[in-house]
Amino acid sequence: MKRLNPSLIAGGVIVTVIVLMALVSFVWTPYDATLVTPTSRLLKPSWEHWFGTDKFGRDVLSQIMVGSRTTLFVGVVAVGVAAVIGVPLGILAAMVRRWPSEVIMRANDLLLAFPALLLAIMFGAVFGASTLTAMVAIGIASVPSFARVIRSGALQVMRTEYVLAARAAGRQPFPIALRHVLPNVTSLITVQASVSFAIAVLAEAALSFLGYGTPPPTPSWGRMLQESQEFLFTAPRLAIFPGIAIAIAVLGFNLLGDGLRDRFDPKLEDRR
Amino acid sequence: MNDVLTVRGLSVTVRDTALVSDVDLTVGAGERVGLIGESGSGKSLTALSILGLLPEDVRAGGSVRLDGVDHELVGADERRMSRVRGRDIAMVFQEPMTALNPTMRIGDQLAEAMLIHKTLAKPAARTAAADLLDRVQLPAETLRAYPHQLSGGQRQRVVLALALANDPALLICDEPTTALDVTVQALVLDLIVRGVVDRSSALLFITHDLAVVATVCERVLVMYGGRVVEAGPVAEVFTRPRHRYTEGLLAASDLETTSRRLTTIPGNVPPAGRFPSGCVFRTRCAHATALCEETPPWTGSETAGFACHHPAGVGND
Amino acid sequence: MILRLIERTGVFLVSLAVSSILVFAFMAVLPGDPARVALGVNASDEAVAELRRQFGLDRPLPTQYFDWLGGLLHGDLGTSYVSKVAIGPQVFDRLQVTLWLVVAGMIIALVVAAPAGTVMAARHRKISGLALSAFSQAGVAVPAFLAGILLIVVFAVRLGWLPANGWTPPAQDPTMFLKQLILPALSLGLVQGAVLTRYVRSAVLDVLREDYLRTARAKGLRPFQALWRHGLRNAAVPVVTVLGLQLATLLIGAVVVERVFVIPGLGSLLLDGVSNRDLLLVQDVVMVLVLAVLLVNFLVDLLYVALDPRLRTA
Repeated sequence: MKRLNPSLIAGGVIVTVIVLMALVSFVWTPYDATLVTPTSRLLKPSWEHWFGTDKFGRDVLSQIMVGSRTTLFVGVVAVGVAAVIGVPLGILAAMVRRWPSEVIMRANDLLLAFPALLLAIMFGAVFGASTLTAMVAIGIASVPSFARVIRSGALQVMRTEYVLAARAAGRQPFPIALRHVLPNVTSLITVQASVSFAIAVLAEAALSFLGYGTPPPTPSWGRMLQESQEFLFTAPRLAIFPGIAIAIAVLGFNLLGDGLRDRFDPKLEDRR
Repeated sequence: MNDVLTVRGLSVTVRDTALVSDVDLTVGAGERVGLIGESGSGKSLTALSILGLLPEDVRAGGSVRLDGVDHELVGADERRMSRVRGRDIAMVFQEPMTALNPTMRIGDQLAEAMLIHKTLAKPAARTAAADLLDRVQLPAETLRAYPHQLSGGQRQRVVLALALANDPALLICDEPTTALDVTVQALVLDLIVRGVVDRSSALLFITHDLAVVATVCERVLVMYGGRVVEAGPVAEVFTRPRHRYTEGLLAASDLETTSRRLTTIPGNVPPAGRFPSGCVFRTRCAHATALCEETPPWTGSETAGFACHHPAGVGND
Repeated sequence: MILRLIERTGVFLVSLAVSSILVFAFMAVLPGDPARVALGVNASDEAVAELRRQFGLDRPLPTQYFDWLGGLLHGDLGTSYVSKVAIGPQVFDRLQVTLWLVVAGMIIALVVAAPAGTVMAARHRKISGLALSAFSQAGVAVPAFLAGILLIVVFAVRLGWLPANGWTPPAQDPTMFLKQLILPALSLGLVQGAVLTRYVRSAVLDVLREDYLRTARAKGLRPFQALWRHGLRNAAVPVVTVLGLQLATLLIGAVVVERVFVIPGLGSLLLDGVSNRDLLLVQDVVMVLVLAVLLVNFLVDLLYVALDPRLRTA
């Protein structure tokens, strides 16, 4: 019997709310998120502006709603990049002979020495800072964890009797990988995707905070934080709202990942 | 002669399930007593509750007294119990491979046993540690070794040396040879007996192996379903069992090799807490009657007796 | 043991060599022409050629690589194409600042996590387990730079106890140095501490289940004594692994936290390098950071051997 665990529910609800918020922002926001209104600068939260306005008079709530699109977009692409490279690499490392596998995993370990943020700053230095470079860099930095998790899962699948039978029957490695290994590691992929998504959200926020992520005027939670810095003494709420948004989004994806992991393999609970 | 250990009405429960009920047990000074039974009979729990080392949610009731210790051991606080453990009562556990700290040298682990109770000062403890190893026939170099460098038999000898470090009045051994190769079992048993005889310590020896009890112990208690069902001198119990369970156990292990066929006790040991009311053995006993639904009274003295409504050896004596 | 040392050292050196090639390829080869990058698209071809000659950028790439690597090994990080100033002294100056932050953050994390995790494992399992998952989830969800901003809002803005930003070298004014160090170090340390507490708790829980701890208590040690003398070192092995990984996170986290607190550390230098299109500076700082991460991993490997005698014979 698989019952829903609290992490899964909480994570699922948070992620759903964020996705809904992003979808709604396409058709409706309280104000135009990028509309500069000099007459209503730095307004306190009120009925007109629930979260107040920033130094350009832009509505903070609208910006947070639209900003969730950036967050999700970066996360999806980064996780996509990581999965598209990491999953085949992990399966390959599990299926090939000892020393090529060793080489793949060593290279993998080496990449771990380049955290997402550092890689993104390097990309920004060479290709110029943009949402695209940030996404790709974060994605590449997430490859090692994908490859590692998928490899250990694939190694287990490779030892099962149906794979042994398929190999004994003379099936080629590629069909085996596609037909047997990949379907059996999908749960691992889902879990890892959720965890990597959280990391991507964090990295994007940090990058935009540093000014190397999403360029203005596209709203981004990280850049909202950066812009709030000069008002920490006068209007700390400008930092609080996007800060909470970032923390809740990361929390949501992490909880979702934890919940999925427990659901797929309850035995793993409490390890880690 | 003073009794070293006196256990009265000991019970062990986890939440509302009774695992051990109403156990009486006496060990005289220098006496070697065996406690036998299948797994799940409650013999290890009995040992652990004497030492106060039961798992967190498991509770003991009744009374455990030790000669020379002026307080009740059941429910005693950690402060008092820690003074008793390792000095007055020591224990050898079943699994030697994991019983020693893997990151500490053997010599330090041995010396610690004496330093904790301040029976010896530091330099003297080092010498004493070497001496202890010598008495379990391990070379002095073992002092510098780490546990992983020793075999299972060697480790169990170290654990024995640890237990005997402070000349305890009572040594408890819980299946000390079960995890060992047959070839080293005899040596370890010999060292245990010699160790307690040399120090005139008493021994409470827990095992499921009747042959081992026959060689090591003078007196034996048979446990089943968390109760003591029979007690007496080894020679007496093993040749003329009175309780039907003891009878079945003896037939199954076939110590005497008088009969050629392999007998077993029908059915399985019920899971913990699922033993029947009345006589705990009645669901597996060929002689059970309606009478057995009542708890059988103890017949005989405390050191030699049984609890059975239909004892063996009545008509054909 | 010797064999393992040689193997780990070998892995460390090879990783270092490969990552230096990667960094060089990425920062010096990929952008095409660092001189053009430094001077901008509007610079004349003559000026670009002059700069290339001046800094030896017209030499073959392998020569440039080995020149750079040789310099690195001697502590000579080259001269900036943009400011024409030697990079080495700047990096070492800034590295000290960052190390203060990272070390202080790590200490805070350990001071929070070790006792909290141990006590929570030894007592009140159920409640602490729940409270702790909430606490450590929060630790993961709140990045260090966000924690920094929140700490500023509370302790500098609302309470006015500590300065909101700035940096004073310890030799110049130790009191001011400490005051300014507290908030950034806390923002790095608390977040890591929250995560670490969870690992400490699970390591201690594992150790508490071990037979040798029961043996220790059978000897006459009280529960906490037994845990202290026999459990700590054994529990340290998995915790050290996490600690090593966290140091890397901390180092990168410091890059952003320096921005929050306006601290002239390695992170600020790196970001300045990126804004000034000073590719060699960026390349050097990245290499120093990667070296630090690899070095920490290497040290963690050695620490294992020191902690666990079983690894010495393998």
